[in-house]
Amino acid sequence: MTAREQILDSVRAALGSGPDRHRAAPAVRISVPERTPDARIEMFFSAISNLAGKPYLATSPTDACRHVAGILDGQPAVASNAPFLRECGITGLASVQTGFTDSGALRQACATAAAGITCAHYALADTGTLVMLASPEEARLISLLPPSHIAVVPQARIVTGLDELFSLVPQPGELTSSMVLITGPSRTADIEQILVRGVHGPGEIHIVVV
Amino acid sequence: MSGVPEERFHRTLADKGLQEAIRSSTVRLSDHRRTALETLPEYEELRTQANAVKRHTIENLESYLKQFESNALAHGAQVVWARDAAEAADFVLELAKRKNARLIVKSKSMTTEEIGLNERLAHHGLEPVETDLGEYIIQLAGERPYHIVAPALHKTRYDVAALFTEKLGVAREIEIEKQTRIARSVLREKFLAADIGVSGANFLIADSGAVVLVENEGNARLTTTAPRIHVAIAGIEKLLPRAQDLAVFLKLLGRSATGQPLTVYTSFLTGPRREAEIDGPDELYVVLLDNGRTRLLADAEKRQSLYCIRCGACLNHCPVYRKLGGHNYPGAYSGPIGAIITPQFMGVMHHPWLPFASSLCGACGEVCPVKIDIPKLLLDLRADVHTAEARQGQGRLERLGFRAWAWVMRHPRMYEMAGLMASALLAGDRWRSRLPDLVNQGPLRAWLSQRDLPPVAKSFHRLWRERRKAAAK
Repeated sequence: MTAREQILDSVRAALGSGPDRHRAAPAVRISVPERTPDARIEMFFSAISNLAGKPYLATSPTDACRHVAGILDGQPAVASNAPFLRECGITGLASVQTGFTDSGALRQACATAAAGITCAHYALADTGTLVMLASPEEARLISLLPPSHIAVVPQARIVTGLDELFSLVPQPGELTSSMVLITGPSRTADIEQILVRGVHGPGEIHIVVV
Repeated sequence: MSGVPEERFHRTLADKGLQEAIRSSTVRLSDHRRTALETLPEYEELRTQANAVKRHTIENLESYLKQFESNALAHGAQVVWARDAAEAADFVLELAKRKNARLIVKSKSMTTEEIGLNERLAHHGLEPVETDLGEYIIQLAGERPYHIVAPALHKTRYDVAALFTEKLGVAREIEIEKQTRIARSVLREKFLAADIGVSGANFLIADSGAVVLVENEGNARLTTTAPRIHVAIAGIEKLLPRAQDLAVFLKLLGRSATGQPLTVYTSFLTGPRREAEIDGPDELYVVLLDNGRTRLLADAEKRQSLYCIRCGACLNHCPVYRKLGGHNYPGAYSGPIGAIITPQFMGVMHHPWLPFASSLCGACGEVCPVKIDIPKLLLDLRADVHTAEARQGQGRLERLGFRAWAWVMRHPRMYEMAGLMASALLAGDRWRSRLPDLVNQGPLRAWLSQRDLPPVAKSFHRLWRERRKAAAK
């Protein structure tokens, strides 16, 4: 008998025919609160600030690009292939590399870059979270390897929280192999419970809402 | 109670530095949890829902396992079933051989601790490297995790400094921030050089075939992104029916564990890298591990132990854990949850004292985010220990009895004397009260109370002698 058959047999034998078997699952518990766009931004920014992230509200794509240029200050960065970054002019900045389709080349660039620039698919207002879906436009490593992560978020993508995210994306696996929620800079408290940021992932997060 | 490692307990209790480390860490984690829950008015509703979802999933585990498998396969992952620790570890070992891999990066996983994966891989010449900072420290020290979410809770910065100097050959560094940088740079190279990344899973999602990982450092993301191959090892109880159930479980897990509304990273991984995606592993294997879980499943009451989401809140609130710390518990899991799952995975008689390592104050049950009735299960397990001990005791008594009987039967004089004693003892119906206390107790008392004995017949020898005496008069 294969391990699979044996485990499934044991499960079946162990459970017998309990009262709960074959009953429908409890209804999903999702409730999305009403929040105005302004309230979402305010909530999002306050949550980000609590996590030591740095939020900025850009008045226009050009303003966003100017702000990103200011953060980079000429240091090398890798930008994702998101069209919105191009529209903002961010991919045209002198120290920014972009357009990677090969994972080896991307990895090399990310390993030496000072910052990774992405365009988040969603942001969760109540927890200050960025939602990244891997795609030809967004590689996984850009928000992970460089010591600083700059995320550009079009304002309309700010949702209230987890509940709204899972009502918009009930099955992330249909869209991508990897959906990652990022809530603040990488951190650890493994030695004497002392908080240290940037242990493996970026120690700095900048968020630019446009 | 036999087998209680009292000497070790006393050593832990006498170590003032250790006592302070355990106290301050558990108090801090408890405080963070309490503060985080103040901003979650629907906490009780979420707990109730989480309990109902877990209960439903466990009661219907077979169909959810199959659903998970078919969805994982549909997204290009491979599903491996492992009956026990050896099967799971051997799979990783064989895979490494097949892929010519030597360096294996690992993200924090209690399940791989449970199956002793690192020891097995290292034994066969592979290099498994823990990448969570706390796990890395205890791997260098050659120890077990001290706490489910804070594995190196018992190590001070001075311990870490000495360890890094000894194992990594770096200059003594006692600043925690700089120690973290050292680990970052050593481990960064490992991530980029490794062929295989091994993770656990906080949740498996049946309707998606997905593996969900929750962490703060980014090491789980690196483990599951940088190497060409990702292996996720998960107990079969980690299933949730739907991705949408995460809206409940993620809110509870982070807050209960460290007081975070959400941990820094939550990865929802469905299959390996897809055709047009730029990076991510080319191969993903999900190992579904039994290792005692289906045995546990057979007990309708105790199977709720499998609802556990490994938040560690019961450890932080347990007066016994707060004194004894993690290493006095046998197995990978410590604290109240360890005291209920370890005996069930291993069998109660391996460490019969374990369910008794509790004051039954009830704190563990109160803080459990999925409402496992830990105090009740501790009592049930105590009863199991008593039953098992009684059974063992009865067995010993029986063997002793038969040996005595065989001896008596081989010695005619003894046989006759035994017969005389028995008939004297058992005359009338008050024989039971005349039994020596030593015999008339425990299981034997119960057995005797249900039985009446016929009067002992006189032996042929005795009858013959009596007749001769009568004839002589």
